Amino acid sequence: MSVVDRQEWDVVVVGAGGAGLRAAIEARERGARTAVICKSLFGKAHTVMAEGGIAAAMGNVNAGDNWQVHFRDTMRGGKFLNQWRMAELHAQEAPQRVWELETWGALFDRTKDGRISQRNFGGHEYPRLAHVGDRTGLELIRTLQQKIVSLQQEDHRETGDYESRLKVFQECTVTRVLKDGEKVSGVFGYERETGRFFVLEAPAVVIATGGIGKSFKVTSNSWEYTGDGHALALLAGAPLLNMEFVQFHPTGMVWPPSVKGILVTESVRGDGGVLRNSEGKRFMFDYVPDVFKEKYAESEEEGDRWYDDPDHNRRPPELLPRDEVARAINAEVQAGRGSPHGGVFLDVSTRMPAEVIKRRLPSMYHQFKELADVDITAEAMEVGPTCHYVMGGIAVDSDSAAARGVPGLFAAGEVAGGMHGSNRLGGNSLSDLLVFGRRAGWHAAEYAGAARGERPRVDDVQVDTAAAEALRPFSTESGENGEDAEGPPENPYTLHQELQQTMNDLVGIIRREHEMRRALDKLAELRARAARAGVEGHRQFNPGWHLALDLRNMLLVSECVARAALERTESRGGHTREDHAGMDRAWRNVNLLCALADGADAPADGDAARGRIALTRETTEPIRPDLLALFDKEELVKYLAEGELYE
Amino acid sequence: MSSYEARFKVWRGDVQGGGLEDFEVEVNDGEVVLDIIHRLQATQAPDLAVRWNCKAGKCGSCSAEINGRPRLLCMTRMSVFDRDETITVTPLRTFPVIRDLVTDVGFNYTKARQVPAFVPPEGVGPGEYRMMQEDVDRSQEFRKCIECFLCQDVCHVVRDHEENKQAFAGPRFLMRVAELDMHPLDAAEETGLDRKRTAQDEHGLGYCNITKCCTEVCPEGIKITDNALIPMKERAVDRKYDPLVWLGSKIRRR
Amino acid sequence: MATGTEPPATASDRPRGGVRTGTRAAIAAPHLRTDRWWLAPAATAAGLLAFVVYSTWRAFANADYYAAPYVSPFYSPCLAENCVPMKAGPNWELFGSWWGISPAIIILIFPLGFRLTCYYYRKAYYRGFWASPPACAVAEPHASYTGETRFPLILQNIHRYFFYAALLVACILTYDTVLAFRDEEYNWGHMGLGTLVFLVNIALIWLYTISCHSCRHIVGGKLKHFSRHPVRYRMWQWVGRLNARHMQLAWASLLSVALADLYVYLVASGVFDDPRFF
Repeated sequence: MSVVDRQEWDVVVVGAGGAGLRAAIEARERGARTAVICKSLFGKAHTVMAEGGIAAAMGNVNAGDNWQVHFRDTMRGGKFLNQWRMAELHAQEAPQRVWELETWGALFDRTKDGRISQRNFGGHEYPRLAHVGDRTGLELIRTLQQKIVSLQQEDHRETGDYESRLKVFQECTVTRVLKDGEKVSGVFGYERETGRFFVLEAPAVVIATGGIGKSFKVTSNSWEYTGDGHALALLAGAPLLNMEFVQFHPTGMVWPPSVKGILVTESVRGDGGVLRNSEGKRFMFDYVPDVFKEKYAESEEEGDRWYDDPDHNRRPPELLPRDEVARAINAEVQAGRGSPHGGVFLDVSTRMPAEVIKRRLPSMYHQFKELADVDITAEAMEVGPTCHYVMGGIAVDSDSAAARGVPGLFAAGEVAGGMHGSNRLGGNSLSDLLVFGRRAGWHAAEYAGAARGERPRVDDVQVDTAAAEALRPFSTESGENGEDAEGPPENPYTLHQELQQTMNDLVGIIRREHEMRRALDKLAELRARAARAGVEGHRQFNPGWHLALDLRNMLLVSECVARAALERTESRGGHTREDHAGMDRAWRNVNLLCALADGADAPADGDAARGRIALTRETTEPIRPDLLALFDKEELVKYLAEGELYE
Repeated sequence: MSSYEARFKVWRGDVQGGGLEDFEVEVNDGEVVLDIIHRLQATQAPDLAVRWNCKAGKCGSCSAEINGRPRLLCMTRMSVFDRDETITVTPLRTFPVIRDLVTDVGFNYTKARQVPAFVPPEGVGPGEYRMMQEDVDRSQEFRKCIECFLCQDVCHVVRDHEENKQAFAGPRFLMRVAELDMHPLDAAEETGLDRKRTAQDEHGLGYCNITKCCTEVCPEGIKITDNALIPMKERAVDRKYDPLVWLGSKIRRR
Repeated sequence: MATGTEPPATASDRPRGGVRTGTRAAIAAPHLRTDRWWLAPAATAAGLLAFVVYSTWRAFANADYYAAPYVSPFYSPCLAENCVPMKAGPNWELFGSWWGISPAIIILIFPLGFRLTCYYYRKAYYRGFWASPPACAVAEPHASYTGETRFPLILQNIHRYFFYAALLVACILTYDTVLAFRDEEYNWGHMGLGTLVFLVNIALIWLYTISCHSCRHIVGGKLKHFSRHPVRYRMWQWVGRLNARHMQLAWASLLSVALADLYVYLVASGVFDDPRFF
């Protein structure tokens, strides 16, 4: 049917954030002709939002740091559910990846002796985060972007064409990974600007599309985070791992509505900010769980002394792990002690002089001043939990970043699962992007090189089906086809809002069985209505159409999150069950895998209400003994089941 | 908390033509212009094209012109306008329009590619870079740039003179040249690349008449003119118009 | 491809025109600004014009520029034979008797050139007088534009030589200010209102001169590694802080130099006597 523009490449990278760009650089340097596809303009990826830094055990500030310590911190943070080999590679290779950025022109903040400065962060034993003020993500993305440009300049000198070996297709969306039998054969997508379809034929595809936050109402994520990569992998036959683990950051802005969810950095509390409810009470003292009792202050006086004298006092409970604080804020708001706009108060104004606040928290000062008209040196901020990161993702091989079950498919970054276990430490995401972005690019290039003699064929039927699927929202509007007889066309914006509300309320920070069952019912209803999502106008830069297509991905991913969350009957890291409070050691070595249910990949299937996801359990590979030996026995007892300990 | 109906004029159309369309739309407390554009999409004009991304002033996607001034849609609070004021939103007027508020900013990507990249110093491996904070401060300021291209949009050299687009890189990329020229470890000179000279000869620094609009519109508050463009002009003078410096460099080379 | 990363076709007949032409969004208005954008360029133009008129009159007047112990900054140093003799004052007869017109013309070239090529004043008069651009995002009325790439505007690049000259002039004006600590009979250790006027003026002149962008470049801006030149780095930082106020200093010193001259004129022409403090 449709005549579609086709091009041949060796490696196609979907996503141009940190992981995607790093993968593209690696693939191109290893000789593969590489195409990068991104939904936004080149250089606008969500990576720019990262503030804190890149975790890498360079030991510049404290020489005691090394990869073993970093590995240990990462495993603890993830409550030992991490794919340990990934955590190991990540800790070992992160310093190299950061240093390499410098050779591409990155300018990190410096120590007195001219090396890369490193800062403290939650869960990291030593100062470990390489940073540039509070805009580290921007530095990372710009450096990678400029490295790509420099490779293109090299190619231009050699071939006369900037894009002969490395090309960025900006403002394009991929809707399907195409396959030749079991193997990947390319991708199908459209240009957002013109609405034209295109096919990039390639034996290797790297998915690096980031997260899923846009399925939740309150999120720190941008519009791009619609779980595209997760859905593409699912639809291509690759399973997703541990999708129940979603990190809610305790402090996001709650007012004004336009910025609800935008992050308020953890350093506000680290520097002395305190949380109060509407009665003016520092409520966190009531929420210290038993396991942390001896590590946290019992009185405000003691907590206040800790900032100056951490050796003889215990830290204030505002500095409990992210999940604990998020839960406490949630409980206060539920109990009717919230702030006017449904959060709690985070106050630095009574704790520090105005100049100190402006010096230590410049971006927070400006963020509140410009967006909320709140002067944080004079009044309290209103904050509440916000969806921040998904630990779950495409199940990958630790060393090669190859997706399981689909030869030629690779995944790196937030879209890949396993690295962070059940909870991610701050700073580990940027290093994750670099380490596994490079590995994905490397192995994709190698795979593509091996396939060079015999390129997989792109199936015309698949292309036509994908084109028909992408055009469906227009036919609903016209009403001439018989298939929309089931109901009126639906507004994609309304569907999206309902989905976000559902996930936020029913599969949010605190989960209960009956609510998740309701969520699954609601998702089924939305799925049926989404089949009738219709749009006006034409294909040229039509945001309504784009949203209608993204809905498919968000619905798929949301179902994964809800089903996996329902299945895991314990609380661990980013997954909190009110009806199963507490971590269960028996779940430590259990992964939950989501795959597409049989026959669910038929577009416009008549039975939209039926669930599309099949869930399976899998026992994880035992942690290698030499890595286990890095921990004390007493600590391991808390996490590992009896059987695991004795092996 | 109160909401009201605001009057908006939004440019709609494409390269074939178009015009300002009137809208009346609800505005709530604390909203920014981008929220209103989104409300228009969700309720009145589902195919209204607009570029946006992070909605926190960090990515530089939602550049447009509001009441004739280049601004980020996500960082312009509705409270800065009078309630009875009609707010006009148009696409950037320096670049070819694609649709509605979306323009073709390809000019900037072309210019980016014309600036030779950072040249790593020979014999210094990864992990061996030593730079002092005071030496990286200047370039770090320029690296705060979020590439919203508002400076490129407002600069009259290309805004009012399409024909200059060939010769003039624009403030953003002249600043990029300055960033690299001030980078403490950039080894361009060792390879025979004189960034001071090329700033004028190849990137059109001479077109800049330092009228400072780029600095005025920069949402990151970068002092583009004072810290990047004028210092580059002075550096070009060192190379091309200062016989004393020229003589000095000749003598020292002996 | 979307938002082309391909280089544009290098057509020989390059499209011309501005915001209302070609492929730009079709908007007839040259600008859509609703604020009083014309106020700043109009005020700038008015201020500069007022100074030009005043200084032209005074420079060509060739009279009432010396009222012991004060010499008008417009006439210092006085380099022709036809200068009023000033005791210990800045009389250097470098130019002989052939110079017929006002001696102010000789010396004013230097401060005038300094200000004319100053990066702030360039902005001010490009906007205020030449409307290039009149204000940000307001279309300029010119059909073509080459900026400072050609003669005569390429001469703006000689700003730093005027800066060197301005340093000399500032030194001489400092000397004049020292001389102002005398009374009408040239006895030292006295002060009048004029002395204060001169003090304020010379302070502003110095601050304006030192805060110049060329100066900032020369003292340290040209360096690649501040860490290897700690003293120059300090100076660069200090000049940088002043430089941030360059516009304010430009106006303040312009006003003060005119006022100093006016003061001398008023005293010299006998409008009032210089109030003496001691």
